[in-house]
Amino acid sequence: MNNFQMLEYAAWGISVLLGLYMLIDLIKTNRAYSEDVLTSSKEGEIEEALVIDPDHQGGHR
Amino acid sequence: MSQTTVVHGEKISLLRVLGPAHIWALGVGIVLVGEYMGWNFAVGKGGAIAALIACWFAGLLYTCVAMIDSEVTSTVAAAGGQYAQAKHIVGPVMAFNVGLYLVFAYTMLEAANAITLGYLVQTVGSMAGFENVHDKPFIVLTIMFLAWLNYRGVYATLTFNLVLTAIAFVAIIILFAWVRPWSTEMLKHSDLLNGLPYGFIGVIASLHFGLWYYLGIEGTCQAAEEVRSPARSLPLGTMSGIITLLLAATMTWYVCTGLMPWEYLGQAITPLFDAARLTDSKLLMVLLFVGTMFSTMASANGCINDASRAWFSMGRDRYLPTWFGAVHPKNRTPFRSIVFLVPVALIFAYFAPLDQVITFSILSGLLGYTYMSFNVIMFRKKWPLDRIKRGYIHPFHPLPALVLLLLCSVTYFAVFLGYGTQLVAMMLFFAVASIWFHFHRYRFVRRGDQFSMQWPRPVGY
Repeated sequence: MNNFQMLEYAAWGISVLLGLYMLIDLIKTNRAYSEDVLTSSKEGEIEEALVIDPDHQGGHR
Repeated sequence: MSQTTVVHGEKISLLRVLGPAHIWALGVGIVLVGEYMGWNFAVGKGGAIAALIACWFAGLLYTCVAMIDSEVTSTVAAAGGQYAQAKHIVGPVMAFNVGLYLVFAYTMLEAANAITLGYLVQTVGSMAGFENVHDKPFIVLTIMFLAWLNYRGVYATLTFNLVLTAIAFVAIIILFAWVRPWSTEMLKHSDLLNGLPYGFIGVIASLHFGLWYYLGIEGTCQAAEEVRSPARSLPLGTMSGIITLLLAATMTWYVCTGLMPWEYLGQAITPLFDAARLTDSKLLMVLLFVGTMFSTMASANGCINDASRAWFSMGRDRYLPTWFGAVHPKNRTPFRSIVFLVPVALIFAYFAPLDQVITFSILSGLLGYTYMSFNVIMFRKKWPLDRIKRGYIHPFHPLPALVLLLLCSVTYFAVFLGYGTQLVAMMLFFAVASIWFHFHRYRFVRRGDQFSMQWPRPVGY
């Protein structure tokens, strides 16, 4: 096995891990919150006061 | 801890964290890859001069798109962009179609970018002397990594795009300065330009690929619900974006046509990288290779962002199953739409040929631009300037809308010349989808709930 083949296997491995991360998180989130909460977003309603989980800022602090 | 009910007034929404620079990065990021590769096929269709005419022709088309989009979107600050505009201004069937155009255009473009990135890595592997190198692992990695980034949060995603796009744009400027455009020392336009080898039909044929210089700039308004000051940031980001692209397109054409004969340029895979190779500067070669990789990645990244917002918006309005209208409570992203579109992009990137994927993306975009032309005329008619306050008012109305419609018609003909079957197939698909929506899906839509804008009643209603 040459270095490039190792790189290819690494790419496959990371892809599977990232896919699993999203899938598991999606299932956990679906179970942890009710459908009403998850789909409560309304077009135009974007005030911070309405938002739950204020500690989490989507990558922004 | 598990939460199963809605506490009084508690809602989850997309996060309003973006500024004008992110909007610029979203718009230019999606498009700049067209300068690094793709635009030059216009040279193959009609020669270098035809490609320049196509560059300016498409530039005019997209300037109209940017101006129209800036005005309408400064009043419809909602995720989904043109979909939300169509819903409020034209009607549900048009909105459903526009939503599909957007998802198709961006998902296909994402797949095309992933294919290109895989090809670039494969080429590096081959040049380094490795045998049996494959592109597929890197195609899949590109899609999975960028989907994960989008899943985690919009601020990090578009800041990443800002860095990639800025580096890719600066690389073009450095190349332009390096070849000393004020002298004929390196650039040999007088020897290399040969008029119009295929006449004016060549100019029309080259329009198909002329769109590549700017395709996707209209994606800026998908971020309308996540930008801090939409009425100001969206027009600012979009208009500065189209100016950036007009400059980048002209510089790219000037450098490449002054260094390479049109016969080679017309079929080159990576024209800007090839231009850097001709300068004999290793530094420039590295810089332009990095620019090529970054622009491709930025484009795919922005496409995931935009396609997922359009899909999410349609789910939220029940145009699609409401399951897609969910927002992640921690990451504050449309997580189900992002995950759902991953296999769609993977299937196209893995199995479909690049030119077909690109053509479907261009056709979907073109259908969207056609809609924009009559959308803005209806908008001005139903809600004149004195009835709704706009963040930006585009000049010379209705001239830009009419010019846009005319340019779209000519471009349809150009696409028909090369990809007539795909054009007809796509029209049939959207016709069938419209029938399905009208007779089946629309009964699930809560008609009053979908109109959220606090607009006055339209004139004549």
